[in-house]
Amino acid sequence: MQNPYLPYPVRIDEIVTETEDKNLKTFKLVFLNPADEEKFYYKAGQFAELSVAGKGEIPIGIASSPTEKGYIMFTVNKVGLVTTHLHSMKEGDVIGIRGPLGNSYPWDILQGKNIVIIGGGFAFTTLRSSIVYMLDPVMRPKFKDIHVIYGARSPEMLLYRDELAGWENSSDINMHITVDATDDPDWKYNTGFVPTITEQKALPGNAETYAIICGPPIMIKFTQPVLDKLDYAHDHIIMSLEMRMKCGIGMCGRCNIGKEFVCKDGPVFTLAQLDKMPKEF
Amino acid sequence: MNLGYTMKVVRIDKKNWVGDIENLSRSYRLFGPVKDDNFHRFEELDKDKLPDLDYFNTRLSPKSIVYPQSETMFEYCLDERKKDHHVMKEASKDYSQRAVIGIRPCDAAAFLLVKRNFDTPECKDPYWVKAYEATTFVGLACNNPHSACFCTTAGCGPFHEDGLDILLIDAGNHYFAKIITSKGENLLKAAGWDTKVDAGKEIESMKQNAETGITSFIATNKLKDKITADLFDAPFWEDMAFACINCGTCTYACPTCWCFDIQDEVHGCSGTRMRNWDSCMYPLFTLHGSGYNPRNTGMQRVRQRFMHKLKYYVDKYDNGIQCVGCGRCVSLCPVNIDIRKICNTMNSYEK
Amino acid sequence: MIEYINKIKEISERLLKEGIVDIIIGFRKGTMPMMNEPCFAKSPEDIKNLVWDSNCGINLANYLTNYSADRKEKIGIIAKGCDSRNIVNHIIENKIKRDQLFIIGVPCKGMVDRRKIVSIFEREIKEVTEEKNKIIVKSDGFEKILKKAEVLQENCAICIHRNPVVYDELVADLVEEQKDVDRYEDVRRIEAMPVEKKYKLFDDLLSACIRCYACRNACPLCYCPTCFVDESRPQWVGKSINPVDIRTFHFLRAFHCAGRCTDCGACESACPMDIKVRTFTKKLEKDCFELYGWEAGMSLDERPPLDTYKFDYPD
Repeated sequence: MQNPYLPYPVRIDEIVTETEDKNLKTFKLVFLNPADEEKFYYKAGQFAELSVAGKGEIPIGIASSPTEKGYIMFTVNKVGLVTTHLHSMKEGDVIGIRGPLGNSYPWDILQGKNIVIIGGGFAFTTLRSSIVYMLDPVMRPKFKDIHVIYGARSPEMLLYRDELAGWENSSDINMHITVDATDDPDWKYNTGFVPTITEQKALPGNAETYAIICGPPIMIKFTQPVLDKLDYAHDHIIMSLEMRMKCGIGMCGRCNIGKEFVCKDGPVFTLAQLDKMPKEF
Repeated sequence: MNLGYTMKVVRIDKKNWVGDIENLSRSYRLFGPVKDDNFHRFEELDKDKLPDLDYFNTRLSPKSIVYPQSETMFEYCLDERKKDHHVMKEASKDYSQRAVIGIRPCDAAAFLLVKRNFDTPECKDPYWVKAYEATTFVGLACNNPHSACFCTTAGCGPFHEDGLDILLIDAGNHYFAKIITSKGENLLKAAGWDTKVDAGKEIESMKQNAETGITSFIATNKLKDKITADLFDAPFWEDMAFACINCGTCTYACPTCWCFDIQDEVHGCSGTRMRNWDSCMYPLFTLHGSGYNPRNTGMQRVRQRFMHKLKYYVDKYDNGIQCVGCGRCVSLCPVNIDIRKICNTMNSYEK
Repeated sequence: MIEYINKIKEISERLLKEGIVDIIIGFRKGTMPMMNEPCFAKSPEDIKNLVWDSNCGINLANYLTNYSADRKEKIGIIAKGCDSRNIVNHIIENKIKRDQLFIIGVPCKGMVDRRKIVSIFEREIKEVTEEKNKIIVKSDGFEKILKKAEVLQENCAICIHRNPVVYDELVADLVEEQKDVDRYEDVRRIEAMPVEKKYKLFDDLLSACIRCYACRNACPLCYCPTCFVDESRPQWVGKSINPVDIRTFHFLRAFHCAGRCTDCGACESACPMDIKVRTFTKKLEKDCFELYGWEAGMSLDERPPLDTYKFDYPD
């Protein structure tokens, strides 16, 4: 019997400090046993439990794309016991990874459609995975227009800045980077909150267009009315939720919203699904 | 596996009981009720210790026989000079065959409700599943149910057989043993019980007698058709939850509560990853790293417990409520929160 | 004591009607013998359900801390001696303001220990009623009358503050306080034990603990938003059922109650495993009394010994 709680051992291959406040670091992990990489077959939008021996586990969205081989990548915000310890670790250290967990963005449905990605803050990780996945030369023809609206408090708080710059210059994707405010005279992108930029830049809703939203609750709260105004049907608005989790496989009982477990039945739900669930998130 | 033919009944003479248990202890780890001050509890029986079957029920449910309150999942070494440091290794476990003697039918049925959570087509919890599969459940029918028992309206009953491998019926000088599964058949052989009898009628009349002894009932017939959001937003929760002190008594005593926490513990350079029972009554159960808590108030947590048992579970598995009517939470709750009252209120609630 | 209820209802109804309070905290009849359920009343309909008898051992002051934090309403609360002392604690510790409360004082004659009564009988008890000093226990075709004095909760049997210490209105004349009570006989017995025996006693006492925290959660003193035992950064106590962790929890909790505990007995009555948790809190209660002449919750004007210093305090 497979033990779903047993993490694959991985080595920290590279650590990148992403943001100026140093609270976000990206960890590139390599499997100690190459065979485990095969077993860890994932889709964009899934997450995994990072396991630090002696400290515990923490569920984190997978930031790398399944099209990137040889490593997996996580961007970790320093908040609690496990993540604080992770931030103090160094390249070469051994941790564990358990997963992939949860559903993913509904890629079967999304193929052949326009995709509008709306993201804010450090929740951009699984959105990065999705963008890289869609921009893969093999995958790109399978999607129509791709728009990305991504905002952070300030330019220094944006994740994956080099990649963002590359996407800005690509004709495969319409990038709309925004910051809440900046005093940088050379800032050449948008200034303003994500909902405002969404209203200006997002495609109008129709049967061929899906919005994927991931960000802090406040951003989601104010973006939702904008999407309503743009005529997005609720089953065309896709969200990824966060909850406190432990097992990640729908067994330990804490992350439910109504009868659904966010870790197993989610974390990705359409707004139409969420409309029917108790408002407990 | 249920036996396909008409169920077999054997008679067990009580004067041979000691020797029979001794026979069993040679091939099974035995668990049974033992008396502890004013209460009974299930424990592993030492050699020569008999299960005390002259009991109503144990204070806590026997779920810990399969699912201990604290259990080691993995072990690891934090000494970087050692090979495989920081790598999780499975803890060694004893999954040799075991038998529970004298479990009440409600408690055995509870394992089936919990099984839906731990043993799914996509994923199995290896600790629970292996322990469960290693266990033979020898039940003891309830001839004299208590006044807080409401099993007959909670999908169960004093002579209920689902979840049992053998059902013992106390008939004075002897027990009748009804063999329900092939696992039960194997135990029968190990014990040397072979006096087949035709006691169908006698057992049936005892069963009816016991069922009429159940005087407490719940109504669950409308729960399935209720709209989740209506029940969730119902005004009665404030009143129902007021007294609750958010301790874990009900959840720890309950045979069908399964929630757990995973924790690392370190002593020197060696560590263990443990799983411990957890409770939806505790605020930390759902506290996010950010400090946000979707179930911050006591009322929200009480609502979660009862919505889970009486609505979410019903909707998720379409197989009744997550309660077998053992009455433990009712009699142990320090402030008398009563699931019967809450269930009936939910069932009859109209928005 | 059952005769109090009419007066309790009368006062409660008047307070709600006249808008003096928005809510009354009291008890309603439970569904099990010898059990009442803490409840609130906001309307005359709710008032009808209020009860008062010898099964009101839960300390209602506990419902002020979790209740008043985000509410500004005026609260009427029914308080026996120990409840009133815990209300004093709350006021001294700035958990609630005196003028937010209307205290309906109940001169208490002691609460019964349901477990003691259950343990007397072989059969399941179906119904328990009371008359003056008698407890009438009924089962199928069976009835027995017990003297209430013989089945009191242990803390009630040795209580010397049955009358409320603060109140706005009394439901009856004050009762005579018990005199010549040896409050600490059991503590002295344990103090006299050799260390190993003491250790063994504590081990045995706590062996049944399932870490449900009913003792802590029933206690009005335990209002910390995050208890030390739940804290994860730093983690003071392990989370499994390791006996060392269980002991740490109970000992530290008792220390946190030092100089504050009123020996209301809520912890012990809440424990589903019948653990005599007062064994720990009483030792500290005794120390506070002997070292500082202090009894918790007796006065709104005096600071507790552990948050003040006087020159004549012993080292």
